Amino acid sequence: MPTLEIRDLHVTVDEADGGTKEILRGVDLTIGSGEVHAVMGPNGSGKSTLAYSIAGHPKYTVTGGSITLDGEDVLAMSVDERARAGLFLAMQYPVEVPGVTVSNFLRTAKTAIDGEAPKLRTWVKDVKQAMDDLKMDPTFAERNVNEHFSGGEKKRHEILQMELLKPKFAVLDETDSGLDVDALKIVSEGVNRSLASTGPGVLLITHYTRILRYIKPQFVHVFVDGRVAEQGGPELADSLEETGYDRFLTRA
Amino acid sequence: MTAVDETTTDPAAGSPVNTARAHSHGAGVVPDASRAERVTSFDVADFAVPTGREEEWKFSPLRELAPLFEAAPAGSAAVEVSGPDAVVHRTGTLQEVGAGTAFTPGDRAAVTGWAATAQAHLVSVPAEAELDAPVLVAVRGTAGTTTSGHLVVEAGHHARALVVISHTGSGAHRGGVEVRVGDGADLTVVTLQEWDADAVHVGQHDVLVGRDARVRHIAVSLGGKAVRLSTNVRYAGPGGDAQALGVYFSDAGQHLEHRLFVDHEATNCKSYVEYKGALQGDGAHAVWIGDVLIRAAAEGTETYELNRNLVLTDGARADSVPNLEIETGEIVGAGHASATGRFDDEQLFYLQARGITPDEARRLVVRGFFASIVERIGVPEISERLMTTIETELAATDLAGTSSTEEN
Repeated sequence: MPTLEIRDLHVTVDEADGGTKEILRGVDLTIGSGEVHAVMGPNGSGKSTLAYSIAGHPKYTVTGGSITLDGEDVLAMSVDERARAGLFLAMQYPVEVPGVTVSNFLRTAKTAIDGEAPKLRTWVKDVKQAMDDLKMDPTFAERNVNEHFSGGEKKRHEILQMELLKPKFAVLDETDSGLDVDALKIVSEGVNRSLASTGPGVLLITHYTRILRYIKPQFVHVFVDGRVAEQGGPELADSLEETGYDRFLTRA
Repeated sequence: MTAVDETTTDPAAGSPVNTARAHSHGAGVVPDASRAERVTSFDVADFAVPTGREEEWKFSPLRELAPLFEAAPAGSAAVEVSGPDAVVHRTGTLQEVGAGTAFTPGDRAAVTGWAATAQAHLVSVPAEAELDAPVLVAVRGTAGTTTSGHLVVEAGHHARALVVISHTGSGAHRGGVEVRVGDGADLTVVTLQEWDADAVHVGQHDVLVGRDARVRHIAVSLGGKAVRLSTNVRYAGPGGDAQALGVYFSDAGQHLEHRLFVDHEATNCKSYVEYKGALQGDGAHAVWIGDVLIRAAAEGTETYELNRNLVLTDGARADSVPNLEIETGEIVGAGHASATGRFDDEQLFYLQARGITPDEARRLVVRGFFASIVERIGVPEISERLMTTIETELAATDLAGTSSTEEN
């Protein structure tokens, strides 16, 4: 079974004043295929840094520890190699790419991930079906990537990519943020379809518990101050719903 | 490691990188009290040979352009015109083709070019004619020769047409283009500078927009050693709508200069200027000057101008000078923006995080950067050819290291 293993991960970020700041201070996580792990925590606890570090964003420097995908050293891979190895990051703030249509972007990405161009007829059908499922208008395909998208459209577009690119592991970085209840349900259904069809391991990063009503995690990890402060099953999320992060913050 | 290096020349910002001059509003940039006072004349004696100290020549490579300042007689460039049957094409002297009613030389090269033009061309689209295919005007220069040419493009009232002027070959060329757009007409003029690498070209395009007419002028400069194109837009009556669009890709040692002047005097007219360029290699130089004058009488004017430069490597330089003069407050809107920057690392990261290789990601971003203008040309074969040329130029330079995403 494919496994994404994070061991004692330490990550720093360069600051504007030229110094560096340690954000992750020894993170351990093991995610298997088909598992949903929720990573929860207060703002500034390092959740997004974890997401970007897995994807290989150049702003973050790994100073210690390891990330492996089925034993392969992820940290030795470039950003695009990681994606081709089966990692996917649904971004909290997807980036605009002017002049590049969604349709062109999706086909280019699919070709890159699979190593060959998708068969035209089935691809067109797959894209149409996936957009339909996410309640995206067909004209969406001809718009430029993320340009003038609403917050909800951006998140649906991220999940559209997850459904079409079929990664082995998906990191969803606050995919729920900025969504109203209807959009949250649509996006969650997309993630659940992916889980049912290709069964990726999912790292679901969130500040709030409400997305966990629609996507059921088997494991919950509470992130505080750059490491996992507590972990457990879904019941941990329920207790957070009642008490919030206060007890972790006072302890820290 | 190169950080995102987007510089917007905003009046509030300091001196931006890669830009010789930030915004300047009228006074300070143009020594004349107003852009309107710049000399225009048919008399060669009214324009001295530039020394490089003049405001309007300070960015230009005068050594390269020197043959074009000579008042001696010059040959005509080879010109071929083809198009739908409805279009009238005539050749003859400047007088015989009726040149000079909407064109007055505005600098030394334009006036020597005018004086030396023995054979001019007229392309006339009859009133109310709607062309179903473009008119193609192919101008070809010859190595070692200096040539002059003048082309009048006339669209009768309520005509609809697309005229594509292509420039290929070598040599030194001065080209005057006089565009007369009839009332209610809809005209697109595309000028392609696809010269050989050693060609030099100075061109002046004067566009006169009829009442309620719509015109698009699209300049694409990819080839040549030095190209300097001045496009001047005036309005013959109210309600005109002019767009001046352009793209350019400047390689090592290549100078590509585009000077725009939109002169608003009629009421309720619109203008929109958008030029986008990429630069790569040592000594690659791009100049964009965007002058807009809204005269006191030009109430109801709406204007916006925009220049964006993508600097792909070190050693390239983009000068971008938007300049807006407003003499009446009774306008709909007036604005301008200029930005010069590197690849956006976040864009590249986003694409690479979807498995796309760094080379392919840069190709997509550059293609996207130019697509919004190139696709508006209206002839898919030409748009595709230009995109291929742009991608070939992009592939010619090793871009590794221009973005931090390579490092890890």
